[in-house]
Amino acid sequence: MEKKDIIQSFKDSLFTGLIALALFGPIVGLRTVSKGEGLFITPQWGVVFLLVGLCILGRFLININSARRTEFKIFSTLSSKFSSITEDKAKHFAITGILFAVVFPFLPFTDRYFMDVAIMILTYIMLGWGLNIVVGLAGLLDLGYVAFYAVGAYSYALIATTFGWSFWICLPLAGVFAAFFGILLGFPVLRLRGDYLAIVTLGFGEIIRIILINWYEVTNGPDGITGIPRPSFFGLPFKRSPDEGETSFHLFFNLEYSTMHRIVFLYYLILVLALITNYFTLKIRKLPVGRAWEALREDEIACKSLGVNPTNTKLTAFAIGAMFGGFAGSFFATRQAFISPESFTFIESAIIVAIVVLGGMGSQTGVVLASIFLIGITEMFRDLEQFRMIAFGGAMVLIMVFKPKGILANRKPTILMHGDKK
Amino acid sequence: MLKISNVETFYGKIQALRGVDLDVNDGEIVSLIGSNGAGKSTLLMTISGVNKARRGNIVFNGENIENKDPHKIVDMGICQVPEGRRIFSRLTVEENLRLGAHANEKGKHFENDIKEVYDLFPVLSDRKTQRGGTLSGGEQQMLAIGRALMSKPKVLLLDEPSLGIAPKLVNQIFVSIKNINKEKNVTIFLVEQNAKKALELADRAYVLVNGKVTIKGPGQELLKNKDIQAAYLEGGAKN
Repeated sequence: MEKKDIIQSFKDSLFTGLIALALFGPIVGLRTVSKGEGLFITPQWGVVFLLVGLCILGRFLININSARRTEFKIFSTLSSKFSSITEDKAKHFAITGILFAVVFPFLPFTDRYFMDVAIMILTYIMLGWGLNIVVGLAGLLDLGYVAFYAVGAYSYALIATTFGWSFWICLPLAGVFAAFFGILLGFPVLRLRGDYLAIVTLGFGEIIRIILINWYEVTNGPDGITGIPRPSFFGLPFKRSPDEGETSFHLFFNLEYSTMHRIVFLYYLILVLALITNYFTLKIRKLPVGRAWEALREDEIACKSLGVNPTNTKLTAFAIGAMFGGFAGSFFATRQAFISPESFTFIESAIIVAIVVLGGMGSQTGVVLASIFLIGITEMFRDLEQFRMIAFGGAMVLIMVFKPKGILANRKPTILMHGDKK
Repeated sequence: MLKISNVETFYGKIQALRGVDLDVNDGEIVSLIGSNGAGKSTLLMTISGVNKARRGNIVFNGENIENKDPHKIVDMGICQVPEGRRIFSRLTVEENLRLGAHANEKGKHFENDIKEVYDLFPVLSDRKTQRGGTLSGGEQQMLAIGRALMSKPKVLLLDEPSLGIAPKLVNQIFVSIKNINKEKNVTIFLVEQNAKKALELADRAYVLVNGKVTIKGPGQELLKNKDIQAAYLEGGAKN
């Protein structure tokens, strides 16, 4: 490496340090402590210098690494590890992954905590796959996807608490409602693309949340909806002591009562819902409408000149993407038994978009990897409380440094030659 | 077959077409030549309904189409090969072709149609599973033409098929266009900057200047026209 390059990298990292100083200075450096009456500022410059130092060092290493890959083995091996994950191998990965997911609840080390994390990851995988239809296939950047998640959750909660219908009736209804909202959002944004579309969808997400907060008569406002019925195992509830004339799950199967039964059932429920989403997406990609979505992402004018109706194509993408968001929302509602607008903030949309983009737009397996990576890492650092989001951000930066186009950036063709195994 | 009368098209306040009159008869090859910015592509976009005419009429087989949506116009049998090919670059060759048949993919002729395209451009058959974006310029142009043919058009609108393509391939593409016209009986409306080639191929031709048709006549006749020679053929313009 030339001396000039090193000096250049060093200058660049110093500049990074300057930015880090400007950010960390006030945020970390000036800590407010409440003592008796009022707040007092306690400076903690030591921590600031540590963080800024880390930023400078990190930037310097990245710079040197990109200038000359061989010198820093760690980076290059890590990077090549990542690039060896291709779509070809993804197939084996998918089968192993599904098998693992099926036996996961019965593995010896699996406890309640692992199950909860797994359910959460699967929920995000499902949301990621749902959004992948809109963002990955149709190329419509939707920053308000959480709105459909919320519509699904609230439809489920309201229908289930008002009419007392079972989960299996409410689930499709919630999906239909969410799809309807998808079309509702679709109409005004038909002419928009890219940044402009992103802004409007962002606004739509906020509108739904604000309606949920303020329409007190229906949604119970910020207090949320409580007492949402838990799902039952095809009519058998998960209760220690069932009501008169009812048989509960553990009595029916002659098992000792355990709260894990419900958790395991929820786990399989979301696993099946997620796999249905995936299966549906893989199938629809091979149909004319799915192909039209991808064509629309590539070139709208070419689509028009070939007789693809962009209005219908976009609306179906929005509706179907929203429907799966709605399913995931129903699941969320029945799992939590309590929902409030708090759960449907912008950060949720942002996380789902991050999963889709970092997974490699349009790649189904990429969504899985990104969800495990992002949600898993965030969970691992749960004990560190406020540093959790730093881990989340760090994970995103790592992916973007090593795989700028997402973990799995290759699109898999839907039509193959005879005898062509790939 | 296709009759365009007094069409005016605007981009916002800017007028691109200033009353174009033009007609294309069944089975003909009609060329439209003109320099950059004359409004050639705008006219094609107006015929296919992507841009709407503010004034004037476009009649296709006795039916007014100037207010129809693009996909309706394709269904009626007018398909455009847009300028710059506009291949779906991340989709494979066969996926591109299937999209061309979007309107009638379920139709019983589909398998036969796709075979016809592969017969016309054998190179596409070899590259079926390759991504559109990895083809050369000439192959992409063939793919774009093949894709449009999949919709079984009565009239094929071609926008500068020679753009950015090696001269040798240009000849091949023009031969293919002639074949499509003669053998498949598809009427061709060709827009070109390569005036010499376009005029040689055409039964009749028009010259578009500043959004207006200035000269029209049989292709061979226009080739000999002094003004056209000066402006588009010999010294003046490229090619």
